[in-house]
Formats: sequence, C-alpha cells, structure tokens
Amino acid sequence: MSRKPDDTLDITDVVCPMTFVKAKMRLEDLDDGQVLAVHLNNGEPIQNVPRSLKDEGHKVLSVEQNADGSYNLLVEKGRL
Amino acid sequence: MAVDYKELKKGGFMRQKQKDNFSMRLKSVGGHFTAAQLGTVQQVAEQYGKGYVHLTSRQGIEIPFIQLADIEAVKKTLLDGGVQVGVCGPRVRTITACQGSAVCPSGLIDTVKLANEFDKRYGGRELPHKFKFGFTGCHNNCLKTEENDLGIKGGTMPSWKEDACTYCGVCQAVCLEKAIVVDKTAKTVRLDLDQCVYCGKCIKSCPTDAWNGENGFVISFGGLYGNRIAVGRHFLPIIFDEDKVYTIVDVTLAFFEKYAKPSERFCNCLDRVGWDKFQKEVEAVL
Repeated sequence: MSRKPDDTLDITDVVCPMTFVKAKMRLEDLDDGQVLAVHLNNGEPIQNVPRSLKDEGHKVLSVEQNADGSYNLLVEKGRL
Repeated sequence: MAVDYKELKKGGFMRQKQKDNFSMRLKSVGGHFTAAQLGTVQQVAEQYGKGYVHLTSRQGIEIPFIQLADIEAVKKTLLDGGVQVGVCGPRVRTITACQGSAVCPSGLIDTVKLANEFDKRYGGRELPHKFKFGFTGCHNNCLKTEENDLGIKGGTMPSWKEDACTYCGVCQAVCLEKAIVVDKTAKTVRLDLDQCVYCGKCIKSCPTDAWNGENGFVISFGGLYGNRIAVGRHFLPIIFDEDKVYTIVDVTLAFFEKYAKPSERFCNCLDRVGWDKFQKEVEAVL
C-alpha cells in the first residue's frame, strides 16, 4: 500500500514528546482521509509515535525502514 | 524484664542505634495508603516520633524515634486510625506493586488487586528467610519485578488476524525483540514466540487491530538485590489463569520451606539445591 502523500514532515530533529506534537499539529492542517509522510528516528519515536497516532484516531498505512535506521511512515488522517 | 528485640522486630519495630528508640515500620500493600491513614501517620509521627517519616525502598513508611515505653500506646493509636504495623525478619515481606491496569494506560494486569490477594494468602508467612513479592503491570517494569524473590509482570500473548492486516509493517518496526517479520510482498506475517516477551507493543501500535492479545502473568524467580545481586529468572510460559499463579506460588514457598537453610535467601537456596529440581516441581503443576 503506497499512496502518494499530501504533505511531508521530518521529525528526526526533535525528541519525545515533540515528535508526536509536531505530527499531530501537521495532521490537523490536512483534510480527513489525506495522507502525511513522516520521517522519524528509530528508538523512542518509532515506539511511541505510531501508537499515539492510533490513539488519536489516525491510521498508519505503511512503515519503511531506511538504510540509516530511520523510518518513513505514511499516515492517513482519521475521519473522526 | 529483658526486652525481646527479635519479637519487636518481627512486629515491625526496628531497633535504632539510639538506645530504646525504634523505627516503626507500617504495613503497606501495593504502596497504597488512604488520606485518612496518612492523617493517623502524621499524628503518630508528631506525637510519638520526631515529626517526620521515612519512605522505604519498598513502598513502606517508617516512623523513626518511637520510644520503647510508648510502643503499646502507639500501636493503639495506629489501630484506632486504621493503620497496621508492618513486619520484618524471616517471613513474607511488604508486597509491592505499581499502579497497574486500574490506573496506568500501559497496565495489563491489576497489580494492586493482586497484591491485596497475595497479602491475604501469604502476608507475613514465616519462612527460612525474608521473601519478597513484587508486581508490575507491563513490560516497562516500573516496579522492577526481577529484583524480587518472586516477581510477576503483566504480559499479553499476541495473536494475529489475517483478514484485518494491511501489512503496513508497524508491528515489525516497534518490536524490540525482533519477534515479528512482515513480508509486504508475499503478504505474510511471522511471529516467533521464542523471541516474544509479551510486551504488547504490536497490539498497541496496530492501526487495524489485526493484533489482539490475551493478558496474563509472567513470573520470575530468585531475584536478589542486597549484598549479592541476582536478576530473577524466567522459565515459565505466560500464565493466564490467576488460580494457577497461586498454585505456582504455593509450590514455590513449599520448596523454599523444605530446602532452604535458616537465613538462606531463595536464590542462594536454588543455586545450592538446583534450579532444575525447582523448575521440575513448578512445571509439574502447570
């Protein structure tokens, strides 16, 4: 499942909880059903961000790991 | 009449370096005290102690500088105020717990309820040496269960539903044990149960609830954190039935009573008598 993202966000330069806060704020700017691509670090960000997105009603579509260990996440804005 | 310090210690009165002064240990189960109990504690600390309490390393409260002559009056004040004196010496000690599933979003078992049930069944039981129980709600292990002679950790056994899965790969990404492999092309998901530590991260992260879990108890044995340091060992599968947990504890305490020398901690007893022997006895009741 690889959909074209409507927007992209890099959160590799911040740490928890700013990682999730940034992702959440950016998703607020999108319409329901639109897709955000998020670049995030291994470790705490990948442990926490997808779970928090789920708790907020958004849906992770795909997770790909890069050669440097970081991840690319595709998230669909939840229709709440 | 000679003072029976051993009997006082058993009843929670620990002798201080200052003659005829005692640090009085209060009973704590799962680290919970009501506000009303704290009122009583305050009253006793001000009236009979030095106006302060000491919080112990295992969720207890001690009130130092209780005078020998005041012990009976202090006991009565505490009892009237709904507070019990704790225990020390060779017996089941304070049962500790994190807040568990009743309060914590990460909690998988109700640790405080479990601590109270354990206290009813085993609290203060006489044994060859001290014996510590500690319970934590999940794999984050805030209560550090493996430090205890017997520790219990909440866990969850994941199961996967093929029709709900979108093969996004988030479960593989969040699994610290590398127990999950998602093949996006072939559309397969493999869970290696030998690697799984029942933490439930896959379940909590799964966007489509393709992962579900059954919660249970993960038990460790023989932890020590004193002069000698040993991490409690895991050799059992996750246990789902709470009654089975009590059966396992019964076998454990019976083993300790039967084989330990006086003043020998459980871990040292197991090292001497044999972990294999103990494991066999526990596995016989699974």
